[in-house]
Amino acid sequence: MSAREIARAVRAGERSARGVVEESLAAIAERDGEVHAFLLVTGDEARSAADAIDAAVADGRDPGPLAGVPVALKDNLCTKGIPTTCASRILEGWRPPYDATVVTRLRRAGAVVVGKTNLDEFAMGSSTENSCAGPTRHPADPSRVPGGSSGGSAAAVAAGFVPLALGSDTGGSVRQPAALCGTVGVKPTYGAVSRYGLVAFASSLDQIGPLAASVEDAALLLEVIAGHDPLDSTSIAQAAPEVTASLDVGVAGLRVGVCDELVEGTAPDVVARVQQAADALVDAGAHVTRVSVPEMRYGLSAYYLIAPAEASSNLARYDGVRYGLRVPASDVAAMNVATRTAGFGPEVKRRIMLGTYALSAGYYDAYYAKAQRVRTLLIEAFSRAYEQVDVLLGATAPTTAFPIGERVDDPMAMYMSDVCTIPSNLAGHPAISVPFGTGDDGLPVGVQVLAPALEEARMFQAAAAIERAAPAPGSGTK
Amino acid sequence: MSGPSTGWEIVVGLEVHCELQTKTKLFCACPNAFGDEPNTNVCPVCLGLPGSLPVLNEQAVELAMRIGAALHCEVRSSSFHRKNYFYPDMPKDYQISQYDQPINVGGYLELPDGSRVGIVRAHIEEDTGKTSHRGESGRIHSADYALVDYNRSGVPLVEIVTEPDIRSAAQARAFVAELRGVLVAAEASDARMEEGSLRIDANVSVRAEGTEQLGTRCEIKNLNSLRSLGLAIEHEAARQVAVIDAGGRVVQETRHWDEQGGRTVPLRSKEEAFDYRYFPEPDLVPLDPDADWKARAAAGVGMLPAERRARLAALVGSPTSQQTDQLQAAVDQGLDDLVVAAVEAGAPAGLALVRAVNELAVDLVAARALDPGSFAALLQLEESGALSPTQAKTVLATLRDAGGGDPGAIARSKGFEALAEATLEGVVRDVVDAHPDEWARYLAGDDKLAGFFTGQVMKATSGKANGKAVAGALRRLRG
Repeated sequence: MSAREIARAVRAGERSARGVVEESLAAIAERDGEVHAFLLVTGDEARSAADAIDAAVADGRDPGPLAGVPVALKDNLCTKGIPTTCASRILEGWRPPYDATVVTRLRRAGAVVVGKTNLDEFAMGSSTENSCAGPTRHPADPSRVPGGSSGGSAAAVAAGFVPLALGSDTGGSVRQPAALCGTVGVKPTYGAVSRYGLVAFASSLDQIGPLAASVEDAALLLEVIAGHDPLDSTSIAQAAPEVTASLDVGVAGLRVGVCDELVEGTAPDVVARVQQAADALVDAGAHVTRVSVPEMRYGLSAYYLIAPAEASSNLARYDGVRYGLRVPASDVAAMNVATRTAGFGPEVKRRIMLGTYALSAGYYDAYYAKAQRVRTLLIEAFSRAYEQVDVLLGATAPTTAFPIGERVDDPMAMYMSDVCTIPSNLAGHPAISVPFGTGDDGLPVGVQVLAPALEEARMFQAAAAIERAAPAPGSGTK
Repeated sequence: MSGPSTGWEIVVGLEVHCELQTKTKLFCACPNAFGDEPNTNVCPVCLGLPGSLPVLNEQAVELAMRIGAALHCEVRSSSFHRKNYFYPDMPKDYQISQYDQPINVGGYLELPDGSRVGIVRAHIEEDTGKTSHRGESGRIHSADYALVDYNRSGVPLVEIVTEPDIRSAAQARAFVAELRGVLVAAEASDARMEEGSLRIDANVSVRAEGTEQLGTRCEIKNLNSLRSLGLAIEHEAARQVAVIDAGGRVVQETRHWDEQGGRTVPLRSKEEAFDYRYFPEPDLVPLDPDADWKARAAAGVGMLPAERRARLAALVGSPTSQQTDQLQAAVDQGLDDLVVAAVEAGAPAGLALVRAVNELAVDLVAARALDPGSFAALLQLEESGALSPTQAKTVLATLRDAGGGDPGAIARSKGFEALAEATLEGVVRDVVDAHPDEWARYLAGDDKLAGFFTGQVMKATSGKANGKAVAGALRRLRG
């Protein structure tokens, strides 16, 4: 059942929120032992929240647009009184004294939080294997990864545990697992959704985004979480975009550019699906052309300087002094080192070292400053492309879900998983991944729609059209 | 030990951290208060909890712009950076500060002696928490444990950096004293060194007199009072001269002022200096105050000490060096408004200044509240001779304690009324009548006898007579 249908039924008194939540919890209990999408299931809190929704409905009070809809939260979103671990040992035992703004907005909208989902430690990774609690498995093939870093949230939606989940997308961490798991994943415009309460990885790139089984549900969730928040200085001073209204508009006359850089280097079966989606848009009345944004080729390199640099600073606070893990030692400095050595996993350490180096005296201009200039060039290149087309189309990920363990010892291969998603983060632009059939291996393929800043409505317009044209699951590419 | 030997010049630049007196902290809504129970004025933001984000306090920006205006700086668009280093009292393990784009650049402060000290910049940054080391020894390195109070974490600071324009310990002290007056006048900071709301680091170097090239500098930390500032500069300069005289070279390093030992000791060398890995703070947007806001901030600067001194000097006319000291004291003590108002009400300026800084300063709070009209009326009585200086001081003390009143009535109630002109003249006549021989010699031109008659009048009035008034009465009787 879709989130929209659940909310309608609960608001109408046709279904109880409690009943919906019990179904969700039962599905988790039945299958999450295998999938391991959740780090924590908050059954008691979910049941009492659902009862409160039902009481509101009974009293004739407005229970909110997402009344009774179970949602899963990536475990880097702060939840008051509920452990928030970022899948890291270093946050062992920490319970935030506050809710993230998105969590507050979800609760206010009547959504029911059923638990916290697995992720790559501090959202650093593309497979959800870098978790101190062990990997999440792909719901359709447990020998494969669900993608990452929001792999737990994507798997929770794909497995049917919840209709909606939130993830965070710094370089593709919502869209790439969405593509691999066959769900919809959205990276909103930077500043459209408040980051307050999202544990920072790379502050200038991080953005919270919805995962859902349908484009419409993703749009509903985005409308609830987006909009100005005075607690985030980078939050854009405007109301949430009205994206649900654009779903039925169609694409007649819309100019779509199939972006060379978002298909080159991508597996042939994935390229075929992108081409098929482009053809479907033509059939729906869009003008489809080929465009090139060559500066995208430098995106990955720039990203792996900027993101680790910001991370090296953002993660400094995990020093054992105030909260989380503390490994005792002879003095404060030794305690800092012992705590961080024991508390962080290898990928997090690698990025802290990369980022520290990139910011060091004598190297700053060659690395960090230069990467920021690449970012400016990329934004200018996007602007030129958007003079010719309204949206860009490409692959979300270069391949379908890969086997667990395949890329863990090869960081560069793992980093390449995000090559198609990173440009939108660097530019601060919105992008969405929509499921579009499967690859040769029968696993889901996602196609990506990119739009200029704050043009979410246009992006959803195209995404809805692609979703309508998507092949039925299991059908071939030929 | 005193300053360096002759032939050497001291060169000092100061870095002054002042806490802004905002209602709330720089990036959150916690109260900015001194002396509360530890760790009570804290929240996710100033504790740097995961997921928290800073939101810039507008009042802090306004006070920073006021400081810029008061120091004749250019107030510009600015941005924030992160300064990264690990320290337990810094909850994010980075400090949000302004780096290559500070809000205020290029000003100066003129000191009472007319010298000017250039201001390089005055930028906004956040304060850290406070660590206290605990254990039997009471020393940092052998402490058993440490406690951190984060109440101060995130309190807004403005760091004021001077040019190396200061040439003596005395000038450094005068600079800080004057700066304190400016910060208080701008209502930007309470500038209390003893509470840590004004903290000074001094960059000290020496060079041979007459040379231009700056010597290698050392930065001295832990200067908690004007006294330690002056002593530390003198000791450090002497130490550097001794190093050079002995054929050595001064090493650039950070040194700590050891108050008890009366010396500076090394803290860390240039090689051990931190690499702060500054980069633009991604959680904040650039700060771009419009012209209106800058103008509002500048208008919020009250009358500065230099203007106050100039105003008093104009009232006095051409002040003597003693009067220059007095008018500076009046400004420092916050009594200049009273003096000005009293003069406007008819008081003689010089006398008003003297009585303010000598007699009224005994109780500054009461003095600042004194009714200037009453003060002026009293000063007129003294000036006219109706009250002796001793009597005037007595009446003034009563006025001060009461906040004002009728000085004539107070004088009468104290028995000073007998000295009204007519009464005094009667006493003088009696004395003259009792000493006819002396009077005859006085009339014949022996002026020394004026002293004799004055003495007799004093005796007869138990010292209540005003000497000037007695002399006047004697002259009138002589005809």
